[in-house]
Amino acid sequence: MQNYIYLSTLLFCVGVFGVLFRRNAIIMFMSIEIMLNAVNLLFVAFSTYHQDAQGQVFVFFSMAVAAAEVAVGLAILVSIFKNSGSIDIDNLKNLKG
Amino acid sequence: MSLMIIFYLLSAVTLATAFLTVVSKNPIHSAIYLVICFFSIAGHYLMFNAQFLAVVHIIVYSGAIMVLFLFTIMLMNLNEDEEPHKPILSKIAAVISFCLTAFILLATYIKAQPIIEEYTVLGEDYQSIKVLGKVLLNEYMIPFEFASVLLLVSMIGAVLLSKKEKLA
Repeated sequence: MQNYIYLSTLLFCVGVFGVLFRRNAIIMFMSIEIMLNAVNLLFVAFSTYHQDAQGQVFVFFSMAVAAAEVAVGLAILVSIFKNSGSIDIDNLKNLKG
Repeated sequence: MSLMIIFYLLSAVTLATAFLTVVSKNPIHSAIYLVICFFSIAGHYLMFNAQFLAVVHIIVYSGAIMVLFLFTIMLMNLNEDEEPHKPILSKIAAVISFCLTAFILLATYIKAQPIIEEYTVLGEDYQSIKVLGKVLLNEYMIPFEFASVLLLVSMIGAVLLSKKEKLA
């Protein structure tokens, strides 16, 4: 159990590192997926630890939200790419005042 | 004992492929590493004896989400290493913040006292498909329906976002 907490923590930190380290928006989406998966893994670990099914049900909902998020996010990325020709996040400064 | 060895192997694969996902230059390689990472996480679920969750995880993540990612990468034609590099300062800042976050969280968990000391198997069935379905459709009925509404809305949103703009 302890080991799973450490694993999830490290996985989450790798996700945070990915978001900070890269400027490619697709890789940042993948890092967000890694973070979501770290939290899901911890949910399942605690669900097994407490012998309760509710944690796993929550993981289902989190998966549904992740799927919705990825669909909308990638659609936004595609339209950004069609408009500006790149997915470098540093180019997206149009909203800067 | 052998369970511990499998756990360490799976954890090593998970962490290594997650890290390779982040650092590899080619987005397609990143996507492939991410698939391996998801499969190893499904292996962790199997070690928790949560078979249904493992199968759903493989279907949703490795099936649906990664196909979306790969389609997008191929649509954008990003397979050459053309992305400009971040300034070295922000890379150093990212590494430092990664180390600090990991250090602080791990230190917190090492110092923490668990409420339940030992994990014991009660022999009770709590995670088979039967039990999960009952919990999902009794207690979590309303969130379950709203999840379907959320998926519908996100599908409509994705279609609206990616179709050509004629109205504006």
